[in-house]
Amino acid sequence: MSIRLSRRTLIGSLGTGAGGLLLAGCDKINASPTVQTLLGVGEKATFAAQRVVADRAALAPEYAASQMSPFFRTNGVSMPSTNAYAAHLASNFADWRLAVDGLVANPLALSLDQIRAAPRRTQITRHDCVEGWSAIGQWTGLPLGMLLKQAGLKSSARYIVFHCADESRGVPYYESIDLIDAFHPQTILAWAMNGQPLAVGHGAPLRLRVERQLGYKQAKYVMRIEAVASLAGIGGGKGGYWEDVVGYQWYAGI
Amino acid sequence: MTQDEDATPPAAPADADGARGGDIVARHRLVTRLWHGTNAFSVFVMLMSGLMIFNAHPHLYWGQYGANFDHSWLDILPGRVRVGPWTIPTPGVLGVQAGGRIVAFPPLVTIPSHYDLASARQWHFAFAWLLVVPGLLFGAWGFAARHFQRDLAPSAAELKPAHLLHDIGRHVRLRFPTGAAARRYNILQKLAYLTVLFVLLPGVALTGLTMSPAMDAAWPWLLHLFGGRPSARSIHFLCAFGLALFILVHLVMVVLAGPINEIRSMITGRYRLPKEKGE
Repeated sequence: MSIRLSRRTLIGSLGTGAGGLLLAGCDKINASPTVQTLLGVGEKATFAAQRVVADRAALAPEYAASQMSPFFRTNGVSMPSTNAYAAHLASNFADWRLAVDGLVANPLALSLDQIRAAPRRTQITRHDCVEGWSAIGQWTGLPLGMLLKQAGLKSSARYIVFHCADESRGVPYYESIDLIDAFHPQTILAWAMNGQPLAVGHGAPLRLRVERQLGYKQAKYVMRIEAVASLAGIGGGKGGYWEDVVGYQWYAGI
Repeated sequence: MTQDEDATPPAAPADADGARGGDIVARHRLVTRLWHGTNAFSVFVMLMSGLMIFNAHPHLYWGQYGANFDHSWLDILPGRVRVGPWTIPTPGVLGVQAGGRIVAFPPLVTIPSHYDLASARQWHFAFAWLLVVPGLLFGAWGFAARHFQRDLAPSAAELKPAHLLHDIGRHVRLRFPTGAAARRYNILQKLAYLTVLFVLLPGVALTGLTMSPAMDAAWPWLLHLFGGRPSARSIHFLCAFGLALFILVHLVMVVLAGPINEIRSMITGRYRLPKEKGE
């Protein structure tokens, strides 16, 4: 009896010890810069393969009104905390202006009324969170490509950066996309959702919809759109808030 | 080749080329061994990083949409798992406290061990290449070299209920084929390998692609095939569960059938045919 107990204890402690070593080993491997570089090759291969397989104008699936989520949950910041945003909200965005600048021939400052009066696209699409959930909603907004043509994108521009009003850990949210997605027909600056003006929780007054990528690319509370040649000077240099903070992949097509 | 005779003849039967129990024979071809090697590596990384990704949202849904306020069919909650109407207590196993948060799958089985969705995705999508590319090459070779047709396709006789029951009975009693009969896959092996090759592996790969918003734009038929992204995510999880179950049974069978001989045959290709009892 005593032998059996001690054997069991031994096996148990061996198991725990081996498990601990295994965990420490795995995490050490994960932290190694070489391993991160190797895994980065996989990420680049995925991006390249998806760009090859998906035509640059291939449309994200659009859904019927009957297929929409009964309740579309909010995610991330649901109320920006700055005084400037509070003032905009109080005045119903009367003095709010969308700045379009950077590598453009004609920098723009557009009011919400001007944006709403511009040509619009309405689409019922699926929002896929990086965490795994999906919600289907209807979005109406100004095609980003039209805005960029209006601003006269310079030939040196390679990326479009979105600067936002919401802050996390004291840093304003930012995201970026390449020109293939920027000029994609379904990439819009949405000012309405499910037939209503965009709610604060979903990014009022204006949010990005870039339908072939995950949720964290769908920047809410967009204040300024900047055309740049490189992402090196933006935030931590990885092209987006979550990319810089926790290391999410810049290309979020998967 | 002679027709598959009854698995337990009284005397050691000679194979077409005269192999009997105790002989060393060539069993697995190089391509099979190479593919087994890459899989042994990639499948574990895929399963473990997949469990970490699952931890980010431990709920599964059917249909075109599925988020927190929608009806899920599976939830891993603190200390319990709900599957449809059933709740199974899992204290200390699933839904455990780790690193200041509740995680569905515990640190011991996830990559990385601590909650890190970004890294898990990086591992998962890099090793997906190591799973899919060799898998496609092996699949093409398997048909071209007639490995699937010759060694895996069950004969009509093998699929007869009597034969299946006989084989199940022998497995339950842990009596494995010996002598020349051990050169061929038995019907349960064939069915298990065919399920892995043509159901579970294509299943995980295609449902994995369906979860990619860019791939849904490129190949909209994926969504039609699986009935929506949340459905694809559920099927992805079920196929992965099936693969994990297969690996578990596979490893148990290797141990029971003689681990040294079995592992050697998968590394060098050389296999010693088990001797018949009383030989």
